[in-house]
Amino acid sequence: MIALALKFTLLYGMVLMLVALGGMFSERSGIINIALEGIMVIGALIGVIITRELQGYAGFVQVSVSVLCAGLAGLAYAFLLAFASINLKADQTIGGTALNILATAIAMVIAKRVNSVGGKLSDSARLKYSYDAFVYKIFGVTVNVFLFIGIALLIISYIVLYKTKLGLRLRACGEHPQAANSVGVNVLGMRYTGVLISGFLGGIGGFAYILPSIDTWDFKNGIAGMGFLALAVMIFGQWHPIKIFLAAMFFSIFKSLANIADSVSFLAKLRWPKEIYNMMPFIASIVVLTLTSGKSRAPKAEGIPYEKGQR
Amino acid sequence: MLNKRRFIQGLFTLVSAIICVLIGLALGFIILVVFSWSSYSSKGVPYTVGQVFSTAWEQGFKRILLGGFYNLGWKIPTRSLLLRSEICRIAPLLMCGLSVGFAFKTGLFNIGAAGQYTLGAYGALMCALILKLPWWACLLASVLFGAVWGAIPGFFKAYFNINEVITSIMFNWIGLYGVNTLMYGNGKSVMYNANESKVWKLVNKNASAIIPDMKGDGSTLFNKVFTNPSTIAVFIAIAVAIVLYVVLNKTVFGYELKACGYSKTAAKYAGINEKRNIILAMAIAGALAGLGAGLFYLTGTEQWNPQENTALPAMGFDGISVALLASSNPIGTIFSAIFKAHIATGGPKMEKTLFPSEIADVISGTIIYLCAFMLLFKNKLAARVFRRSRKPEGEIKK
Repeated sequence: MIALALKFTLLYGMVLMLVALGGMFSERSGIINIALEGIMVIGALIGVIITRELQGYAGFVQVSVSVLCAGLAGLAYAFLLAFASINLKADQTIGGTALNILATAIAMVIAKRVNSVGGKLSDSARLKYSYDAFVYKIFGVTVNVFLFIGIALLIISYIVLYKTKLGLRLRACGEHPQAANSVGVNVLGMRYTGVLISGFLGGIGGFAYILPSIDTWDFKNGIAGMGFLALAVMIFGQWHPIKIFLAAMFFSIFKSLANIADSVSFLAKLRWPKEIYNMMPFIASIVVLTLTSGKSRAPKAEGIPYEKGQR
Repeated sequence: MLNKRRFIQGLFTLVSAIICVLIGLALGFIILVVFSWSSYSSKGVPYTVGQVFSTAWEQGFKRILLGGFYNLGWKIPTRSLLLRSEICRIAPLLMCGLSVGFAFKTGLFNIGAAGQYTLGAYGALMCALILKLPWWACLLASVLFGAVWGAIPGFFKAYFNINEVITSIMFNWIGLYGVNTLMYGNGKSVMYNANESKVWKLVNKNASAIIPDMKGDGSTLFNKVFTNPSTIAVFIAIAVAIVLYVVLNKTVFGYELKACGYSKTAAKYAGINEKRNIILAMAIAGALAGLGAGLFYLTGTEQWNPQENTALPAMGFDGISVALLASSNPIGTIFSAIFKAHIATGGPKMEKTLFPSEIADVISGTIIYLCAFMLLFKNKLAARVFRRSRKPEGEIKK
């Protein structure tokens, strides 16, 4: 039972953390990235397709190539957000929402094409795949490769954001872009960097969500609201990598309740419908947001398009 | 002078909306051509470019453009079920569009229309199937349920200053899971028909809950077209749009709501109760989306499936594209809702073995993406025409 709980908590925790870290990079550079949900869908789709293609290759090749492709797919999709909100100064929330809606539609179109047999299109967007190469058993606990990738990326994120020149400049662009520009920082470039990093992390996060827990996924469901939960994790984590890690673990306990309810004796006795457990992380996020609303440390310039002459 | 300015601005809005639509459609056609080409090339028989294009046109794009008129050609509509179900879709799309557009006008982004729609559907169906109320009472219930679900994010925004986008999204999912639980009730709910594994049909349980149609005896064209599933719902929705236009533009109440949208602090300074207005605006937006669900599910065409409906209803998100395409103008929303209903009806009519019906969704998704920045271009263009930089109308403020 503990092994099972640990498996799902770690799984969802890493997903939420990766995506929330993505959101953090974007918002720290000044761009609200509500498109994370859509980025996850695209990353998951491409990752799954590549995994299917790579069946039979060595496990290491399967893992590294498909994870990289999932990240790059997310990055490419995030480019659309960057272009609209940085170059064209579009409303970031609306642009992101458009990309979320578009992602599910695109994913279904592509998944149906992938499912087609002999030139005939399938009517289902459900893709099957094998996750054998991604999952290991360590001391009786099922662990997937994303645990190691996630922890590595967490450490890298922390170092990049707080110990490098790039991180300092990125943060400056989210707080006061005009001031950053006055000392020679390329604001548009920094914002592009932030959004593209978030796309990369979001794409891997989407892949990490659907791959290791289940061997088939219907893209009709998109990614079931995980991207938005990750946004709540980011806010709860105060836009800081380590706090985001802790917040993600906290949320993933709620998220994994639905998976472990049947095997935990006292929860199984309650006989609650599964939907109640599905609801829990969302309720938890509302409560947490209400409690932390007073001391929000959101980057000051987020959501505001950068105008060079503006004060 | 002022009228001329408004006229030209309106013209720019219209033109930029049409450009968005055309680019979206063009992209859809390109995707169709690619699919058509790939199906030809996988067959391994020789083919010409002309064949590729004609398949994409005949079996795909033409059907999207024809929409509900697909099996009629362009002839005068008779009792075509397809056309009637297209009209049936207009009402919920229009209401969701009005919901999102109204919130935009008051400076809020109501991404929660999907959840309010879900709750509205529950309110309507619960009153119809459990309480056995007539259709108008069920509609009122859908309004009420939607309004409550809209007011909650408004409350969090007003008193805790949490962004309404985040809370609305959370309440979308809470609403969806909650409604599914209530309707299914472990298979024992009164509303749930275990044989069909869907919610009961209104005809079987309470026919008085079905919104009346024109009692078509087929004598006139009007009678023929407005036979269930196309009911008087679409007229109710259009009437609401007109009322909303008047409220927003001709009343003090509408002015106060819009003032909060332009600047919360300035509105507060002018003595407007901005907290009350935020909650009220979200409640009204929620009521509109809820009514949309009532107007759709009380026609009896579709039954809610609590086991299968695990994704949020697309109607709520379609409302965003409908509202954006119309620049949140209630009257314009009528036309954009008709357009959206038209291509959404045409999409599934494409040849299923060649083209996925979601291409219609890709088209409308592209249109919203374009709308997100087209509005700004339009305003800049208008400002250049008048050589005067004035705060553009219709711009969405945070």
